Amino acid sequence: MTDNYDAVMVGAGHNGLICATYLAKAGKKVLVLEANATPGGCAATREFAPGYSVSSCAQWLNQLHPAISRDLALEQHGLQWAAQNLPSISLDEQGKHLSLLGNKVEGANVSAEDRAAFVAFHAKTEKYARLLVKAFEARAPKLVESNLTDRLTLIKLGLGLKMMGRDDMSDLMRIILINMYDVMEESFDSAQLKGLLSLDSLLGSRMGPRTPNTVFGYLYRRVGETLGNNGQALVKGGMGALGEAMAASARAAGVEIRLQSPVASIDVEADRAVGVTLAGGEQITAPLVVSNADPVTTFQHLVGFARMETGMARRVSHIRCKSGTAKLHLALSGLPQFTGLDDAQHGARLLVAPDMNYIERAYNAVKYDEYSSAPALDISIPTLHDATLAPAGGHVLSAIVQFAPYAPEGGWEAHRETFMQLVIERIAAFAPGIREQIISSQLLTPADLESDYRMSGGHWHHGELSLDQIMMMRPFPGATQYGTAFDGLYLCGAGAHPGGGVMGLAGRNAAREIIKRGAAA
Amino acid sequence: MSAKSDDTMMLTTPFHSRVKEACGLNCWGNWMGYTTPNAYEDVELEYFAVRSTTGVFDLTPMNKYRVSGPDAEAYLNRLVTRDVSKIRVGRVGYTVWCDDAGQVMDDGTIFHLAENDYRICAYARAIDWFNWAALGFDVSIEDETAEVAALAVQGPTSCATLLAMGLEGLDQLKPFGLTEFEFEGETLMVSRTGFTGDLGYELWIAPHKAEALWDRLFEAGRPFIIRPFGTDALEMARIEAGFLQAGVDFMPAEEAVRNGRSRSPFELGLGWLVDLDKPVFNGRRALLREQAEGSRYRFAILDVDGNKPAQHSFILKGGKQVGTVTSAAWCPTAKTNVAFAQIEMPHGAVGEELVAEIYYQRELHWTRVLAPCKVIESPVFNPGRRRATPPAGF
Repeated sequence: MTDNYDAVMVGAGHNGLICATYLAKAGKKVLVLEANATPGGCAATREFAPGYSVSSCAQWLNQLHPAISRDLALEQHGLQWAAQNLPSISLDEQGKHLSLLGNKVEGANVSAEDRAAFVAFHAKTEKYARLLVKAFEARAPKLVESNLTDRLTLIKLGLGLKMMGRDDMSDLMRIILINMYDVMEESFDSAQLKGLLSLDSLLGSRMGPRTPNTVFGYLYRRVGETLGNNGQALVKGGMGALGEAMAASARAAGVEIRLQSPVASIDVEADRAVGVTLAGGEQITAPLVVSNADPVTTFQHLVGFARMETGMARRVSHIRCKSGTAKLHLALSGLPQFTGLDDAQHGARLLVAPDMNYIERAYNAVKYDEYSSAPALDISIPTLHDATLAPAGGHVLSAIVQFAPYAPEGGWEAHRETFMQLVIERIAAFAPGIREQIISSQLLTPADLESDYRMSGGHWHHGELSLDQIMMMRPFPGATQYGTAFDGLYLCGAGAHPGGGVMGLAGRNAAREIIKRGAAA
Repeated sequence: MSAKSDDTMMLTTPFHSRVKEACGLNCWGNWMGYTTPNAYEDVELEYFAVRSTTGVFDLTPMNKYRVSGPDAEAYLNRLVTRDVSKIRVGRVGYTVWCDDAGQVMDDGTIFHLAENDYRICAYARAIDWFNWAALGFDVSIEDETAEVAALAVQGPTSCATLLAMGLEGLDQLKPFGLTEFEFEGETLMVSRTGFTGDLGYELWIAPHKAEALWDRLFEAGRPFIIRPFGTDALEMARIEAGFLQAGVDFMPAEEAVRNGRSRSPFELGLGWLVDLDKPVFNGRRALLREQAEGSRYRFAILDVDGNKPAQHSFILKGGKQVGTVTSAAWCPTAKTNVAFAQIEMPHGAVGEELVAEIYYQRELHWTRVLAPCKVIESPVFNPGRRRATPPAGF
């Protein structure tokens, strides 16, 4: 057994690959172990019907940090854009759609006042998102035993808050703890606009527009725009191509990646991580183990609760990570016709979120572990920009579906078909005739996303992004600066600060922390 | 409508009919929601029964938890600070348990009843923490506080009393041993344990046999001058014997609200209960750090000049406050004025001379005494009969 690695990475998700690459560039010999057959984690492309492939987990790219993209030279390693700067269009059954890109909002139902109000709202929230970027680009400061680094971060944040000016600062303090519904009600008239922005505030979560934390959810999403991602982008070949580009960059930096090598356990001796054991029984030792897996998987399943102190096990078991999000994939014989959209608009991000109460009602169901009878949707037809995903003439429709419970009563198999038909019905309300075009369909429930992408609860952020689970609380006090209670064991995934979405900061920040701690790790 | 509600009434133990009968003073206290005699007739007489003959204490309100299942030993080893694998079947071990910060949550005794079958006796309610501690273990935890009635039978003639009651062979039971007898068709468990520092036993039985046990015990004990004792007499005995009381000598970590008010085992003089060689137990990381960086406090037993108990006193060194007293009593048998104190490091080493600032009042007149005191090495009462097996006959 040649165990001469400096670090073993559990999982080749995008954060894992990013972290591994930075570590390799700092001279460490890194082995990445991935359970699935392809690298990238949630940046994945899978064939779901013969000849039809889709970005099977994340479908849009709108948050990737440009510095990481540059450092990893992703475009040199094969990343190509199928489309960029795509607007979001909120669908209307009568065809009176609303389109939004940057600070511009257009549509038959949008007043001049709303248009102007949105420009102001956009500018204000951009300031807030900039402050978040400052917080996200560094490790989360500890409040109690803060050292110099942490104090500097806090000073920067405090200063950033001050620099906004008194009015903006107090408004941020006011809205950050309330909910999107109230903020929307006080800002705009258009039900469509309020619905669209609300959906942006809660995609991937188990929250409704009236749930506290949704304002933070919206600002979190706006971080992508602040980083320079205007609108939505599609990766050529699907998100899996991004995973492949990251893997190529990692390999070029000297990282060894072993696919289809699921890790069965992270091995610890007393309070020090010493390596991992693969599902096949092979043991690999290394002074550093970095986990790209979510915190629940890492601590409960890979380390094991019995090997840690009770308070820590309790904190891990408190992490809220049950998703409310499903995915629908349709293989289509032709381009579906959405009422009132021109051809170019079909390639935009299409949303079914007509008003806030619609989303709130959709959310109500999941509170009781039921699925929405009228779900909110975020739809992509990537084949309009990328012919590689379907046979000639064919199209693929991919939709993020809010809301679906993690564990409905009676189990998913009792509900899967009904729910899938219900979602298709919802789409057909805007695209009559789509049913006749369906060649094949696939519904990925939160439980499927959990098993396919090894995310506890199927949560794409590896844990709800709410004020009790961010910054110095992410994933839980005692594991907040990528290091854990186990010497030599680090977290680098979405469960760590600042969180998920294909942004990459968790991976980069973790690498920086590991390098900084050096031998002390 | 009656103002009384069963939900809000203090609980009574299965011995209550007998305890009430014996409690001539009708002076009751609240022990974890159970009504408990502070004293039956006379505190001093009760104390001297424990030291000279036999005293009986109803300890049913003590929280009792049954821990069983395939991982019971592993579970306890993660929960408590000492190595549970060293407590063999039929033995009892004193221990503490800590939170992740290495702060003592409680102390208690672990009774190893059978392979992977244990009972923990604890001062504080612990079911919530014990259940959280079960994450990752195949173990069942049951609160059996109300399902087990218990009496402490303590004092030099306690063994003779129990032998007279028919517990044949009990004189062979070693300290911290436990054994079982048949009692009117029920199992009577007897452990050689107690909270008085004297020769003594604790009797554990199903509640429906509690009264019969009390009756048989007092019947058999009459020639050995048996007498029930209350919590006031117990307090004197336990201070004399050097035993800490949770909630008095330390704040259970989960009950302490203010930062810095809880204590580690090292700070309570209980470092001997901490086995840092165990790979994982609650508080290990923090205790390793404390061991390397030093503790904040030291537990000290003080021999205080004079006869004024140094209750709630400040402890001074060169006029500066370096500690406070948590428990204090004039100890009649040892004839010593003892105080337990929390002393700020580096003070409090054995032999160090300090001053206790004692406040007391006589007829509403407050007086302050600056009593010299000295840190002593060990408890003032520790008789050979506590350990002798078999105990002396009477």
